[in-house]
Amino acid sequence: MNDIELMYRENILDNYKNPRNKGKIDNPTVHHREFNPLCGDEIELFLTIEENKVVDVKFFGQGCAISQASVSILTEKIKGKTLEELKQITKEDIFEMIGVPLSPVRIKCGLLGWDTMKNSILIYEKYVNEEENGKQ
Amino acid sequence: MLKTKSQLNTKKIRKDFPILNRLINNKKLIYLDNAATSQKPNQVLEAMDNFYKNSNANIHRGVHKLAEESTEQYEQAHKKVAESINSSPQEIIFTKNTTESMNLLAYSLIQDLNQDDEIVLTELEHHSNLVPWQQLAKQKGIKVKFIEINPDGTLNQDSIQKSITSNTKIVCITHISNAIGTINPIKEIIQLAKKHNALSIIDGAQSIPHIKIDIKDLDCDFFSFSSHKMLGPLGIGILYGKKELLEKMKPFLFGGDMIREVTQQDSSFNDLPWKFEAGTPNIAGAIGLTSAIDYINNTGIEKIEEHCNALTNYAMDKLSQIPNLEIYGPKERGPIISFNIKGTHPHDIAEILNSEGIAIRAGHHCCMPLMKKLNIPGTARISFYFYNTFEEVDKLILAIHKVKKIFKID
Repeated sequence: MNDIELMYRENILDNYKNPRNKGKIDNPTVHHREFNPLCGDEIELFLTIEENKVVDVKFFGQGCAISQASVSILTEKIKGKTLEELKQITKEDIFEMIGVPLSPVRIKCGLLGWDTMKNSILIYEKYVNEEENGKQ
Repeated sequence: MLKTKSQLNTKKIRKDFPILNRLINNKKLIYLDNAATSQKPNQVLEAMDNFYKNSNANIHRGVHKLAEESTEQYEQAHKKVAESINSSPQEIIFTKNTTESMNLLAYSLIQDLNQDDEIVLTELEHHSNLVPWQQLAKQKGIKVKFIEINPDGTLNQDSIQKSITSNTKIVCITHISNAIGTINPIKEIIQLAKKHNALSIIDGAQSIPHIKIDIKDLDCDFFSFSSHKMLGPLGIGILYGKKELLEKMKPFLFGGDMIREVTQQDSSFNDLPWKFEAGTPNIAGAIGLTSAIDYINNTGIEKIEEHCNALTNYAMDKLSQIPNLEIYGPKERGPIISFNIKGTHPHDIAEILNSEGIAIRAGHHCCMPLMKKLNIPGTARISFYFYNTFEEVDKLILAIHKVKKIFKID
């Protein structure tokens, strides 16, 4: 297989064409959208969090095979994990998960789902902090 | 059988463009992103190199030999552009690019508009011809209207007639759509604008590399374009304006060279075109542009147009036979073809074509409102110039079949 066939190998195409956890959650704990204005890739992430654990996750979006497959794979990984575990997922872990070589311009596509997840957690934690401060 | 011959000797022409010998992923570069920027021939590169090596000096007011040569060459560039579009050098202002030309016009013209005045654009506009008007109009509470398009990407006649009214003060439209290749009926629209005493502005960035432009014949008030899409260097744009209008207009940028006399409290401004060219300009860029126009003239703009039309028709014919491939825009078009393949994203198409050495553009092409209207996130876009060949189109078609094969599309 040459580079381009590696990039678009079965794992990616399958997740692109049959995305896992695609859809929306009514009343999620956190809902966040990220957009790449350069190429128009768009990902919305819906998380239901109970006792610091992701009990349900769905994503919605449009974009290239790399961005959409990458978030599909990520949702499978994070379901049932704690927020602490989510925070420990690094860029390199994402590259390993998708398992295909990305050209420099496509790295952003591959990491869009990860960015959306990270920012979702930040928003959630900010919200929780404010709630707690409000109670005091 | 479609015409696959043209009067141009592309083999000879291609020798002037060293970049066309580059290998990309071990394949010979096939450059089909000419609507973004054209490649530059040796003649243009050498002209600029020669300037920096032998004549480099700032223009105007220099008494020394180099300043004299540099000034002469810079002023010659205004003459060259003026001749090529049938205007006069005073009417040719050098800017940074078409975007800056449009900003100059928006800043300078909107100052004189009032609240009930209207500006008319089209749904096809590039952000460069939309955002300046939109933002400045907003500040003054002026309405911006958009001529709507038909499903095939041509301007809707009804909408043209309804949009341009006695309230219209400025009509600003693209000649050829950079996103989908539509050629707009600018002569008709310029006449309609005149009937309503509105100013007419044409964004010619995509047309002038391919079509002979005669400003007197078009009779528009302003026409803007960029050097880099017509073999010239990056960083120099052109604004043509009618002399009597430019004389009345306020300057856009202030500074050196655009003034006549300065006191601590006031300034008077220089003659045209210098009134609109503040600061040290892109002298080497202007010299490169002169050389680019010479190259186009020596090749023959009519032959260039014919060759690019033949390539476009040839590609349109081949592409339209591919199942699950949708082409946007009308059949009659400039040398720009935007398309999508069902079940793939434009970026994936571009990535796979790149693996075959083929350079195309993918995305919204700086036309987000148009993409929204077409209800698509973006397109894959190929665009030709006269060094492109029919063999390159054949290779493009093979590569598109590869995209379909990888994505398992029928």
